[in-house]
Amino acid sequence: MSRNGFAQLALLPLALVTLAFFALPMAKLVIVGATGEMGLGAYAAILLEPRYRASLIATVVLAALTTVAALAVATIAGLFLQRHRFPGRAVLIAMLTFPLAFPGVVVGFMIILLAGRQGLVGDVTSRLLGEKVVLAYSIQGLFLGYLYFSIPRVILTIMAAVEKLDPALEEAARTLGAGPWAVHRDVIFPALGPAFVASGAIAFATAMGAFGTAFTLATNIDVLPMVIYTEFTLSANIAMAAALSVGLGLVAWATLAFARSLSGSTVAAAG
Amino acid sequence: MRDRLIVAAQFLFTVVVASFLIVPAILSMLAGITVSYFRGIASGLTLQWVIQVWDLYAETIARSFLVAGSALVVTLVVGVPAAYALIVRGGRLARAIEEIITLPLAIPGLAIALALLLIYGGFSDFRRSWLFILAGHVVFTLPFMVRAVMAVLATMDVKTLDEGAASLGAGPWRRFRDVIVPNARPGILAGALSVVTISLGEFNLTWMLHTPLTKTLPVGLADSYASMRLEVASAYTLVFFVMIIPLLVAMQVVADLPGRQRARG
Repeated sequence: MSRNGFAQLALLPLALVTLAFFALPMAKLVIVGATGEMGLGAYAAILLEPRYRASLIATVVLAALTTVAALAVATIAGLFLQRHRFPGRAVLIAMLTFPLAFPGVVVGFMIILLAGRQGLVGDVTSRLLGEKVVLAYSIQGLFLGYLYFSIPRVILTIMAAVEKLDPALEEAARTLGAGPWAVHRDVIFPALGPAFVASGAIAFATAMGAFGTAFTLATNIDVLPMVIYTEFTLSANIAMAAALSVGLGLVAWATLAFARSLSGSTVAAAG
Repeated sequence: MRDRLIVAAQFLFTVVVASFLIVPAILSMLAGITVSYFRGIASGLTLQWVIQVWDLYAETIARSFLVAGSALVVTLVVGVPAAYALIVRGGRLARAIEEIITLPLAIPGLAIALALLLIYGGFSDFRRSWLFILAGHVVFTLPFMVRAVMAVLATMDVKTLDEGAASLGAGPWRRFRDVIVPNARPGILAGALSVVTISLGEFNLTWMLHTPLTKTLPVGLADSYASMRLEVASAYTLVFFVMIIPLLVAMQVVADLPGRQRARG
């Protein structure tokens, strides 16, 4: 058997698995979305029906805010951790990346422990202010949860990019009289641009599709994955759930594809 | 002086962010072994909640290991030869295939699960068995295995290795088994750790694919968060942490390996 023959044989199981459990199901999803009572109208309804449109906008805004906040937090912490050596640095890095493997449901539970009815924030505020602050089940809680799972995803990429920065450029800028802020604005941040795009796209796509966190916090904020879930299970509106899933998948995929066309590296969301 | 203040502020900020991530995890671990979370640690430590979790949810933990182990076997058998073939073939077709199998990472798990339900929901024996969950996990973890192995193979001259072995008379299967696989070992290990870690924690797909008789650990967690007292939910989360932490540490060690080897060489 020739090498090419063997290579083709080696690809066969991959082709079968991908076809049976991904390509065909996704094709079916697209078709089901278009063949309900509304026909192709189900896809139009994502934008035209006020309830779905509001959910889409809320999800996009929440994901965008999460992305910006995670990038800001990760850049400050990442620059600091990469520029200074001190005892306990490795522990801090481990703490910042540990939640990477948490499922969304666990992240939701972490927010309940932090800011829920029996949470730490409520405990502290009721002692200090005499009033219990409970954030977990509101939009703030959802935002905290999204931030919680986005920071570890972003910070590793930012730190790797900071490590690759050329110190000579910063020194040159300083020699030419640039202050610390000017050095950051004109030298460091532009050099980190590709890392911002790549990790920001992952954070955005992950936040768009996040289901477990919203599910655990059980807020009445309708993020798109929760709407899909309720359409499918409670309303049995299968065509609409399929159409919304296709819409959600397209937004997440397009974000990553766009980021990749800008930065030229492979990016993927997970979890 | 001003510079020092800025550095101190950055340090403080980093500590606050790290605390935001780690304090709830520690709270949860403590709550799982505290007699009463409401009264705090002063109420004493106990293993009663962990034992209760074991009684209630041992089956979900065992099933999660079954699914993760099976996903590992499938991704090894399917993914490692495929990674080799994609590297050897190269070119536009290989890139297109890599693109397609990576798509499940870009598409929310909920959408993939819905797609699987729509096409296979009618095959009730398959739908009701844990194999249905396995199918979802394989689609979602396969790209991690393929890409980890491809990354390692891409750093070496696979074609020369392969041709060298061929000129010595080794057939394709022997070359793959005795030359490619041993050389790809760091990638296989890294991919295997990713597959198991992701499968053990997977919720978005699994919640849609499970039935009351095929609950996995994360599905059970969601159940306990909704219906159990905080101590039991915490003890269950503690069990999950205990399972996942060694995997994360191993991943870190494996990630550091090639660098160290290069430094020595």
